[in-house]
Amino acid sequence: MELAIHTDVSANARVNAQGLNSKPHKVTAEGVNVFYGNKQALNQVNLDIPSNMVTALIGPSGCGKSTFLRCLNRMNDVVDGCRVEGEICLDGENIYARGVDVVHLRARVGMVFQKPNPFPKSIYDNVAYGPRIHGLAKSRTDMDEIVMTSLEKAGLLDEVRDRLDAPGTGLSGGQQQRLCIARAIAVEPEVILMDEPCSALDPIATAKIEELIDELKENYTIIMVTHSMQQAARVSQKTAFFHLGELVEQGDTTDIFTKPVDERTKAYVTGRIG
Amino acid sequence: MEHEHIVSSFDEDLGRLDSIIAEMGGLAERQLADAVDALSRRDVALAKKVIESDKQIDLLEEEIDNFTIRVLALRQPMAEDLRAVVVALKMASNLERIGDYAKNVAKRTLTLSAMEPVGNATQTIQRMARQVQSMIKNVLDAYGAHDLAKADDVRMRDEEVDLMHTSLFRELLTYMLEDPRNITACTHLLFVAKNVERIGDHVTSIAENVHFLVSGDKPADERPKNDLSSQTIVE
Repeated sequence: MELAIHTDVSANARVNAQGLNSKPHKVTAEGVNVFYGNKQALNQVNLDIPSNMVTALIGPSGCGKSTFLRCLNRMNDVVDGCRVEGEICLDGENIYARGVDVVHLRARVGMVFQKPNPFPKSIYDNVAYGPRIHGLAKSRTDMDEIVMTSLEKAGLLDEVRDRLDAPGTGLSGGQQQRLCIARAIAVEPEVILMDEPCSALDPIATAKIEELIDELKENYTIIMVTHSMQQAARVSQKTAFFHLGELVEQGDTTDIFTKPVDERTKAYVTGRIG
Repeated sequence: MEHEHIVSSFDEDLGRLDSIIAEMGGLAERQLADAVDALSRRDVALAKKVIESDKQIDLLEEEIDNFTIRVLALRQPMAEDLRAVVVALKMASNLERIGDYAKNVAKRTLTLSAMEPVGNATQTIQRMARQVQSMIKNVLDAYGAHDLAKADDVRMRDEEVDLMHTSLFRELLTYMLEDPRNITACTHLLFVAKNVERIGDHVTSIAENVHFLVSGDKPADERPKNDLSSQTIVE
């Protein structure tokens, strides 16, 4: 596999300069504009995502938070008429630079969707799929190890250990979502994007996923879109509030929910008509 | 905040919290005024009325307790709303304590009214109480109007109360040294003075909570304190 990721010199310099003062950001976005045809969905978004933390993206429907999330692993590439401007860097490397291998990028930046979407395959094969196409396992034993570890990390192993050959679609909604998380972490990503990962789940399954997210942040950088403000407040350390395609306010989660600065953020988090 | 909540009954909830606090505050202010008035006029009937009326404040505190728990559980307030609910809960507790101290002043008034008056101490206590009353009034205004400057001003004025308390302490010690027969009355008066001084501390705590309600932060600077009664000796 060719790993021709072209380095953007200016971005590297920026991250290095930052490194002198603090831990470098895992993902940096600068001047990001996104257009769907003629319609502009994001307007000059600048947002830096710190490593090993959970960053929540909040905002009303249509504010651009999911669009932004999808820029981070170039999921928007497959949307007709979608155009992304600006610079998004992963570890200082521009992911929109020419020659970037998108498949490799999406292995580094995994994604979990709103609705659990396991493949119509066995539980085992759901998790093994990614490592197989990326050639991460040299033998059957290797693959077993990857599958078991991923299921363990996703907090699902104990529930499915004796039925790895059963179809993934036969699991409950919450289990399916954890299967999708296991599938995402099987390819050893660095960043996990979650687009409303709990909105289709009951409170117990939601609590399990939240618990899991808290554990996963030790090893991964997590960026999550959520409509539940309580969930954002519970699981994230950083929060960014989007409104009408603009990034209105970002900061420590506790500050955003206890003393937001911008009037639009105040109105949104307190449930007022903005 | 100028905008209304999408769920309009939430606005009604917050409005109700405000009005219960206003009612409690008004009652607490009047209880202190009546208690000290009864003390200086040796008015046993008024003192009994103060003791009786404390129940009203206790009931309102209970109402705030139950109501804030309900609002927290059902609305899960955020940001300014969260501060409003938490501050109401804490203020209710402060106001209830203020009511208790006023009641205690009234109880001691019943005892003191049966004794010979001692010196001018009750006048000093009255002056001190007037200062504390105006602090209560101002802090309630600051709460109602979300007035940060006014809340901070109240917080700074507790120093004057502390100074008066220290001077009362010296005065009462002097009376006791002069004539041991004054000891019983003076000891009760010491407690009365201490009660009024403690009310001042609760008002200061309310002022700090109003500061937090409006700004989202606790007051950063140390406030001046000048209660030297704990180190006072009369030789």
